[in-house]
Amino acid sequence: MLTILSRMIRTGILTEPRTEQNPALSPESGSRPRTAAPLNEDAATVEALQRELWKTLGRALCIRHVDAGSCNGCELEINAINNPYYNLEGMGIKFVASPRHADLLLVTGPVSVNMEEALRRTYDAMPNPKLVVALGDCGACGGIFGKNYASRGGISSILPVDQTIAGCPPSPAAIITGILQAISSAAR
Amino acid sequence: MNFASLNSAKLASSGKTLPSNIAATHAILDRAEWQRAIGDLRAIDAVFLSLWGADDFDRDGSFSIYAAFLLAEGALVLQHKITDVIAPSYPSLARAFPAAARMERAVYDLFGIVSVSVGHESDQRGWLRHAGWPEGLYPLRRSFDGAQQYPVQSEPYEFVQVEGNGVHEIAVGPVHAGTIEPGHFRFSVVGEKVLRLEERLGYTHKGTAKLFESLTQTEAHRLAARLSGDSAVAFSWAYCAALEAITATAVPLRASSLRALALEHERIANHLGDLGALGNDAGFALGLTHFSRLKEDLLRVNVAAFGARYLLDYIVPGGVAVDLSKTAHALLEEQYRTLAHEVAGLRAIYDDHGGLQDRFREAGRLTPELAQDLGAMGLIARASGVAHDLRIDHPWAPYDVLATQLITQSDGDVAARVQVRFDDLSESLRLCQTLLNTLATGPIQAEVAVANSDQLGIALIEGWRGPVMIALECGAHNSIRRCHAHDPSWQNWPLLEYAILGNIVPDFPLINKSFNLSYSGQDG
Repeated sequence: MLTILSRMIRTGILTEPRTEQNPALSPESGSRPRTAAPLNEDAATVEALQRELWKTLGRALCIRHVDAGSCNGCELEINAINNPYYNLEGMGIKFVASPRHADLLLVTGPVSVNMEEALRRTYDAMPNPKLVVALGDCGACGGIFGKNYASRGGISSILPVDQTIAGCPPSPAAIITGILQAISSAAR
Repeated sequence: MNFASLNSAKLASSGKTLPSNIAATHAILDRAEWQRAIGDLRAIDAVFLSLWGADDFDRDGSFSIYAAFLLAEGALVLQHKITDVIAPSYPSLARAFPAAARMERAVYDLFGIVSVSVGHESDQRGWLRHAGWPEGLYPLRRSFDGAQQYPVQSEPYEFVQVEGNGVHEIAVGPVHAGTIEPGHFRFSVVGEKVLRLEERLGYTHKGTAKLFESLTQTEAHRLAARLSGDSAVAFSWAYCAALEAITATAVPLRASSLRALALEHERIANHLGDLGALGNDAGFALGLTHFSRLKEDLLRVNVAAFGARYLLDYIVPGGVAVDLSKTAHALLEEQYRTLAHEVAGLRAIYDDHGGLQDRFREAGRLTPELAQDLGAMGLIARASGVAHDLRIDHPWAPYDVLATQLITQSDGDVAARVQVRFDDLSESLRLCQTLLNTLATGPIQAEVAVANSDQLGIALIEGWRGPVMIALECGAHNSIRRCHAHDPSWQNWPLLEYAILGNIVPDFPLINKSFNLSYSGQDG
């Protein structure tokens, strides 16, 4: 137990620091300096994004992710946005297990023919209002796989898409930006 | 190649050297020879690698079925030409090599070539074809138009029923509860105990094999990298190595060392991710937090060293796309030191944590006997005492001078798979340091000639899950005639059905994570 506690203390807080914090929403103030300097070239970007998220959202957003046939590359970056650096869950954005709990459907991959029905059903199970974000080049337009006997191409060939996020795979910062754009245009 | 251990004399005399990154032989056999060879290969415990088909109707009015094996001498590719094109069939391998069963179903779905088994019933259900294209149409036949779209039909799929007092079914997927690829699991349970698990995969089938045939030899490495995004380096290297073997391209020393560096980075990144997720699935969130930050650190170093977080387009035919700068050199050394130190600290925490070990030990056990009999591959095999690693058994450049250490465990449970990941990670860090210290100067790319048409070549690369294989047949004018990609998940998915037996349903996520198999890589 002592080793675990000492590791926690020594590592400190990794999340890219926010300059403007909302004290009511975040009990944590100030972050400890890290022992090893992180290689966060995009720290400023992430920080700005997080500030923007707080401003736009300021409350919970529930995301249901569906892999409609991706190569698993985008999934790796979706997992990354929940690591301590990007800390999306800390911003009130949560990935949920059921479409019935979701506000936003995050879809990766070209839609494989074998996943078409499951994707439609997931969308139908979500309550209104709902947003759809197509993630990655494949989600946006079919990517390298395009349309063929086994692939329907981009997500918009099956569902109404509110926002696309290009990249193969898109970086965590690009994913957060895309989610932010989707919710801010919905708010307008 | 010398097949001293193999009874089929025909193989030794008719086998021709096959272009490959390891020693490889190609033999064309008739039906009786094929059948005999399969039995002989089983008798000498050959490792079954892959099974695939080809439509050569345009060339000589035949279909072909190929099977690849790994022997002590190297790889052996058997080809059987099927001249009966009205009702094409071949003798099944599934009895001798159970892992072939699903591949035979896939070959049927894609080619309409039937496997014939004597003395036992073979599984006739579709594997990759759910109902997305009409029955009786076979996408990999040359006459099939790959661009054609068909409406999805509704077709039932018969899962095996378990009957008895108190038995009920739990259906999971294809959409799972987390950020994970799609597949269906059908559990038959009594109370919490799993009596049977049946997997149904194929949901991410994207027609990649057909797509390869529309790409040029010099661009298809991009598709190879996207067969399974977490094994991008392994697959793109395998593709490039097959093409380079066919065209007799000598890859510069510096390039092959950089490729190995990228491959080991891929291994380390995946292991870091898995170790964190395994901790989390056992209720130890601290593990996920720390390992995911270490993984992020590595991905950011990847940007500085290789130009991208995930190295999907780093390996190109003839070499690599980006050279390693002097500054990146220092950055990498620092990263390896930090990682080694941090992982050692976390490993001590994992090892000493009673609650964590209680969940890991005895869970999802795959016995060494079963792993051997059913042909387990890669990491899963090594955690069950089956000691195969291409980097050691059949080292290709630069592994031929690296003296990679063999990592094995014999318990075959989740704990063993965790230990193998920790040991693999340390060994990879050592390899990376050696590669960096001995990095040659010089060019990072060589010119790749256009291949002669109808030339077959294969390449095998030990990815983080195990050996990935590409069998490439070049066509005329820089085209691809046929490209078969194989992920070791094909062999390991059926083993998960055994590992879960007798465990409780709530342990499935943990056991499944400890396997962490590819859906996209197997679905194609």
